[in-house]
Order: sequence, then structure tokens, then C-alpha cells
Amino acid sequence: MLIAVFSLTTLGLVLGLLLGYASRRLAVEGNALVEEIQAILPGSQCGQCGFPGCAGAAQALADGNAPITLCPPGGREVVSALSAKLGIEVNLADVAETMPMTAEVREELCIGCTRCYKVCPTDAIMGAAKHIHAVFREACTACGKCVEACPTEALALHPAPITLQSWYWHKPEERMAA
Amino acid sequence: MNLLNRFQPRGGVHPAGRKDLSADRPIRALPLPERLFVPLQQHVGAAATPVVAVGDQVLKGQLIAAGQGTISAPVHAPTSGRVVALGDYAAPHPSGLPVPTLTLESDGEDRWSDAAIPADPFALAPDEIARRVGAAGIVGLGGAAFPSAVKLNISRKSGVDTLIINGGECEPYLTCDDRLMREQAEGIVAGIRLIHHAVGTQRALVGIEDNKPEAIAAMRAAALGTDIQVVAVPAMYPMGWDKQLTRALIGKEVPAGGRSADIGVLVHNVATAYAVHQAVALGRPLVSRIVTVSGGAVKTPCNLEVPIGTPAQDLFDYCGGFTAPPARLVMGGPMMGHELPATHIPVVKGTSGVLALTHAEIGRPEPAPCIRCSTCVRACPVGLLPLEMATRIRAADLDAAIGLGLKDCIACGSCSYVCPAHIPLVHYFNYAKGELSARERAKLKQEATKKLADDRSARMERIAREREEAAARRRAAKEAAEAAKKAAEVTA
Repeated sequence: MLIAVFSLTTLGLVLGLLLGYASRRLAVEGNALVEEIQAILPGSQCGQCGFPGCAGAAQALADGNAPITLCPPGGREVVSALSAKLGIEVNLADVAETMPMTAEVREELCIGCTRCYKVCPTDAIMGAAKHIHAVFREACTACGKCVEACPTEALALHPAPITLQSWYWHKPEERMAA
Repeated sequence: MNLLNRFQPRGGVHPAGRKDLSADRPIRALPLPERLFVPLQQHVGAAATPVVAVGDQVLKGQLIAAGQGTISAPVHAPTSGRVVALGDYAAPHPSGLPVPTLTLESDGEDRWSDAAIPADPFALAPDEIARRVGAAGIVGLGGAAFPSAVKLNISRKSGVDTLIINGGECEPYLTCDDRLMREQAEGIVAGIRLIHHAVGTQRALVGIEDNKPEAIAAMRAAALGTDIQVVAVPAMYPMGWDKQLTRALIGKEVPAGGRSADIGVLVHNVATAYAVHQAVALGRPLVSRIVTVSGGAVKTPCNLEVPIGTPAQDLFDYCGGFTAPPARLVMGGPMMGHELPATHIPVVKGTSGVLALTHAEIGRPEPAPCIRCSTCVRACPVGLLPLEMATRIRAADLDAAIGLGLKDCIACGSCSYVCPAHIPLVHYFNYAKGELSARERAKLKQEATKKLADDRSARMERIAREREEAAARRRAAKEAAEAAKKAAEVTA
């Protein structure tokens, strides 16, 4: 009987030490999933989802507190990437394809107050005090922060202009059942 | 020859040729238009940058816009005259969106600029031929408009051994290559020999569909005494697809996602070979091309030599106008060409035809449900499953469509043509390819803006830290000064 008690105790001790060591040695800092989700999100920290920046949104997604359709600037692309990552089924055809938008300055209203370019998360607005500001379309994520900051309503989001490079055939109309 | 005919082309369809409308019309030069609208981008790659200003007088063949970057092509003045505008003009594209275009007012003299003509073009180094082809603004005239010099250089470097000249012209209605082969066979053969020399290929084959016996005879006569082989291939659509012609001629298949150079083959169109001859032997850059004007609504269909930049309306006017209001205007062939949104749009380097089609010719029956007859599968020259791909695309599952080979689709339209349910299959594929490249662009933009956002937050942190440090320094200096003052007071 003593042998049984002894061997089981030893076994317990050894395995306990092993587990204790492993829990320290292989400890994961934070939730790896959060980082992976953050890599999928646009990263412009616009806050349109209602969370403080993309890190907050990623945390909420990992905890299951937010729908995967939360990111307006990300569009269908981000939804499908999140759906693959989190294993949540979503019918992509139901996700409204948001039109690409960009902010535009109405030059006759701009007073050159510099408030907009101070809030732009991607440095997409160029300007100087008392000079009309301008938006770099290529860098604009249409987060809308500048629209809120503008005291004269000179900034507004408009659909991005279609060029020969961005134009493509529309989807054929659905006229059949099959 | 029997050996060569062993290789059976895959898929394909046999649409009504309708080539009889214009096949017997010799090439005529279009009278010089008053105004030419020359787009700065008529080729695959980067747009050319203008090197002339508004108000400048230019001579025919003078460089007006230089190519930029590795894949680009320069643009030359199609006639002599004055540059009257440099701005946006409707593009020869189904969208008709404005593109940077140079407007030239003809002075009616059509005076050529001086060009250095080599005594013996075959004495030129291969590099020099490719350079001259590039400088002449030559692009693939079969319709793809890929800069030819880039192709020559890639082929020479990758050790291509077979040169295939594409005289297929499988698109219905089009007869511009047919006429060019009948009338300018010597020039084409000279151009083929120049390409042959520039790339250092072992053999040269000219593939011509067997529905063009006159062209085959003319090319055979011109190629006598050279090592160029003229081969008749069965007439079917899309025989003019370079990879289909390669398979029919030498029995080799280009791997999916690969290029012809991967199997040691270089393919050029007959009209491109002719342009190479004009440029290298005669010093004439690409400023005009042969265009077929045809279709049921055109009074007298014609083959015309047209200066680049001529509005389509001038071509229709020269051909006697319309007999009936056209139901659809098409630039290129009816299978792969695109709808012409308006007649003021100019002819560019890649325009092989301008068609005015009647209602009876286009037909637009309502699409019906797919009956899974798989006719489209048999018609696909690439060996894809069009019906399956279209189903995935309809359900917005583009990744599944890519898995089925969407990226290998050449948009030849054979599947749509044969579909008994009139499903616009190729439209689905064009849409899906556009959607995919839009996603690709969005992804690139997202990466770029993410970097911008990271840079900005790093900068903001740095500024805050520097401000704090400066404040701390100021505080320390102030305290030190006060301490010194106190010490001075104590000693006093």
C-alpha cells in the first residue's frame, strides 16, 4: 500500500511541477486572437464602430460582444475575412456593399482653421493656417472625423470619383430564378 | 503539314463569320480628318507624358508624348498640325469616362518629320531593333495593346525559340488583318524577319485560319525563299487567342497563369509585324492602323487606313453613314469588343474594327434559368466550368469562383454565345474580375493607410514626449536658477 501511495504522490508532484513550469514558460501575453483580428481591421482608429479604436473593436470581437459586420469602412472584404477567422457564418450578399467614399473640401467654405488636419488619423489632409485645405484621396479612409471637426461644414464625404482604373462591369441583373 | 494538323484546338464556337461584308473591299486611306483626339494611354501600362504644349506645331510622326516606366509606349502625332488642347476627352472604353487626351488640328499637309532610315535594317543589333520598336510606339495591334518592345526584350532574355505570327482573325466581321495580308504580304514578311532577327528565334510560323485562302496564298508567295512557314489552321472562334493558336500550331500548352514565353514561344499579330517593318526599315512610327468598318447598319462596309485619334463618326460618314439606326455600336469585334458609348470617341492603336449592328444582329433574348446542359463547358477554350463559376459569382462567393479557374478565363464570350438559356456568363466573369481587382486595390490602400495611421500615432507620441522633456528641462533649469539665487542670498 505504501508503494502505491508513494508512487502516486511522486507522480502527482512531478506532473504538478511540470504543469506549473509549463504555465509560466508557455504563458501567452494577452489574447493572440485580438491581435490577429486587429490585423484584419483597417487600423485607422476612426471609431465608427463605437469602440475606442481598432484595438477596442478587436477585443470586443474576440469576446463575442460585437457583430462581425461592425466596421463600416472595411466593407465586405473585412466581413469575409472576419467570418473566416472567427468561424461565424454570414451571407455576404446581404452585407450592403458600401460605396468607396472620400472626404472633400468645399473651397468656398474653408477658412483655413487647421482643425481638420489635426484630427485626421492618416494625415490625408494638407493645409496651413488661413490657407484652403485639400484632401489626398489616396490616403483618405472616409472615417468622417474631419467632417465633425469642421466649423464651417466645408468638409463632407462624397462617393470616390470613378476613374478608368477603378471602373468595372456592374453585376448582371438578377432576372431569373435559378 | 499533316503532322501540324494533328493538334486539335479545345472548345470554341463557330459564329456566323459575316466577313463577306468587307473582305473584298481593298484598304483605302481615310481622308484626313480636321481634328484628331489622341489619348495618352492607348496601351497596357503607364500613360505617356505629353512633351508638347498647347499651340505647338507638330509634324507627322513627331513624338508628342513619351512613355514612362518599364511598361509603357510613346505616342506620335498622326498628322502635321497644331496642338489645340490637352485635356480630358471621352475614352475608347465602355464607360466612356474622360481620359487625358491631346487634340490636334490638322493643317492638311500631312507632312512627315525627318527620320533616320537605316541602310540595312538587318545589320542592326537585336537590342537596337527592340529599342526602335519601343520608340515607334508599337503595341500589340491584335487588340491587347501590350507594348511590343517589352515582349521582344523579355523573349530574347528568356531564350524563346519559336515565333508565332497570329493571322487568325477569328472575330466575326473583322477583315483588317485579312486585307493587310493580301495587300502587304511583303511588308509583313519583312517585319517577321526583323522580329525573328531581334529575338533570335529558331523558327517562325504564321497561323492563318483556312477561311482566308487569298491571304494564305499571298503570305506563302511572300514567304518563299525564307524560313517562315505559313500554316492554315481550322477556322473557329477563338483561334486568334494566342494560346489557342500556339496549341494548334505546335501542340504545346501554356500553363495556367503563365505566359507564352514560359514554353519558349513569342506571339505577335500580323499587323504588329507590319508596323515593326514600317518603324525599323522605314523610320515610320505607329501613327495609323487598318480598321474594318462593318455591320448591318453600315451602308458600304470598308477597310480603312485610319490616323490614330480619328473619331468613329468620321469612319461611318466615309462609309456612307447608316442605312438604319444602329442598335449597338461596337469597337473591336462583336465577341470581345466593347460597346462604343458615342460616335465622337476616337480610334486608338488597339482598335481593329468599328461596327454598327442592327437589332437582328445583336438579339437580346431574356435570360432563363440554367438547365445545366453543359454546352458552355464544351465551348470553353480554356477548359473551365462557366456555369459553375457563374453560380458562385451570383452568390458573391468569389473565392470559390477563383478556385474554379476564374483567373484563367480570357473573356472570349464563347460560353455566353452558346448558352441556350441566354445567361450572360461572360458578363458575370468580367464583373467578378473587376470586383477582384477592386478588392486588391482596397487591400493595398488599407495597408498604406494603416501605415500612415501608425506613423501618425508614432509622431504624436514623439511630440508629446519631446514636449514633456522640454518642460522637464525648463523646470530643472528654473529650479537650478532659484537654488543659485538662494545660495547667493545666503552668502550675501
